[in-house]
Amino acid sequence: MNDIWSGLQAAFWLLITLDRDLIEITLRSLQVSLSALVIASAIALPLGTWLAIRRFRFRRAAIAALNALMGLPPVVVGLIVYLLLSRSGPFGVLGLLFTPTAMIIAQVIIITPLIASITHQAMRELWAEYHDLLISLNTSNWQRIKTLIFDGRRALLTASLAGFGRAIGEVGAIMIVGGNIDNATRVLTTAIALETGKGDFALALGLGFVLIALALVVNFAIHVLSRTERDGRW
Amino acid sequence: MVDVMRATLHDAVVTRRGKAILGPVSYQLPSEGCTIVIGPNGAGKTTLLKTLHGVERLSQGRVDWGIPDEIARQQQAYVFQSPIMLRRSVRQNLIFPLSLSGVSKAEAAERVTYWAGKIGLAKMLDRPAPRLSGGEKQKLALARALIRDPAVLFLDEPCANLDGRSTREIESLLLDVQKSGTRVIMTTHDLGQAKRLATDMLFLLNGRINDHGPADAFFAAPASPEARAFLNGDIVE
Repeated sequence: MNDIWSGLQAAFWLLITLDRDLIEITLRSLQVSLSALVIASAIALPLGTWLAIRRFRFRRAAIAALNALMGLPPVVVGLIVYLLLSRSGPFGVLGLLFTPTAMIIAQVIIITPLIASITHQAMRELWAEYHDLLISLNTSNWQRIKTLIFDGRRALLTASLAGFGRAIGEVGAIMIVGGNIDNATRVLTTAIALETGKGDFALALGLGFVLIALALVVNFAIHVLSRTERDGRW
Repeated sequence: MVDVMRATLHDAVVTRRGKAILGPVSYQLPSEGCTIVIGPNGAGKTTLLKTLHGVERLSQGRVDWGIPDEIARQQQAYVFQSPIMLRRSVRQNLIFPLSLSGVSKAEAAERVTYWAGKIGLAKMLDRPAPRLSGGEKQKLALARALIRDPAVLFLDEPCANLDGRSTREIESLLLDVQKSGTRVIMTTHDLGQAKRLATDMLFLLNGRINDHGPADAFFAAPASPEARAFLNGDIVE
């Protein structure tokens, strides 16, 4: 109990003194996870929608694979990305290992299946509703995808937020590919792991509370900006 | 719009789960006027309409509109039995088909104003379409189908579940449409409506055309005993 109390105090002090390290780490966390979110959404939203409207031979297998990939262990993703980006790996020449870019790549791999899968679920229902009309109007595949994404944007927001939640709280993969280097690749989750290892529970908890607050603020901000749950909206 | 768009069915068969739900049907539809398809539930009326529209997969045979399918479909519009509302405003629902075919914004706005006035929804343009009443939805679906000025209009029971006033509004709209040269092909369960609107009739039974002919002749003296029984209000199976 004592530890939690001193953690709260530490978090409070870190916040009101606008601790330079804390701000830097927090901004990097946001930068990495939001970039990963934008990239993953750009891939997963059209992909999930496409899976909902297209009938092809391996569709069921593709959807099953996608659902299985939702549970991809981040540590393993980190390991594979590490091997690909390491000096001796195929992309070693790019020199990306231990940079925020490497962390973004790992997180994109982790959250894309999650977002695509939730998108697919939501779009399947909307497609069942719109199917006849869109076929009758002789729409192209791309027009269908655009229409569904636009009209299903509420559900897609949920999908994206789920992806963001997974990205911002993820530690295994970014620890491996980022290396938790001070002033370069340290983010909130890796800092918490480090401080816990050192036994500085107060600081670790303080960072933890900041992390939770951050996730809440981002979710809340997106909901306010997109006006979900308002009357007269879908 | 008076260019000849005449549909011919060649041995068209639609099967679902091994059971033929339509056909084989071979028939040439008249090139103008209003064809009304009647028949008991499950006779294949909706399937016939969808087949003509080209959105039903045929297991055998083909439909020929005399022009390539893609072009034919561009000039057709279909109003479904239960109106499909996009989760958008009334205005956006009307604009949607126009934006698909690349009509300019100014012209789209003009047509939207015209059609919204015609169906009496001018004051509701910014309302969410899924919240309209049943009659309003049906009228909106009809206007959305007509806004592209189709050469052929398919209607699947456009007045099912509507009260007398909404039915009358829709029927007068359909008569206008017909006068402007649009080919109308519709199904209905309402024989009174069929008499008011039809120029020719098709009577379907168990997936086949049981009887057909110009409306006057058909209603005066149907050729087949089943059609006669159906018109008399008997239950035909």
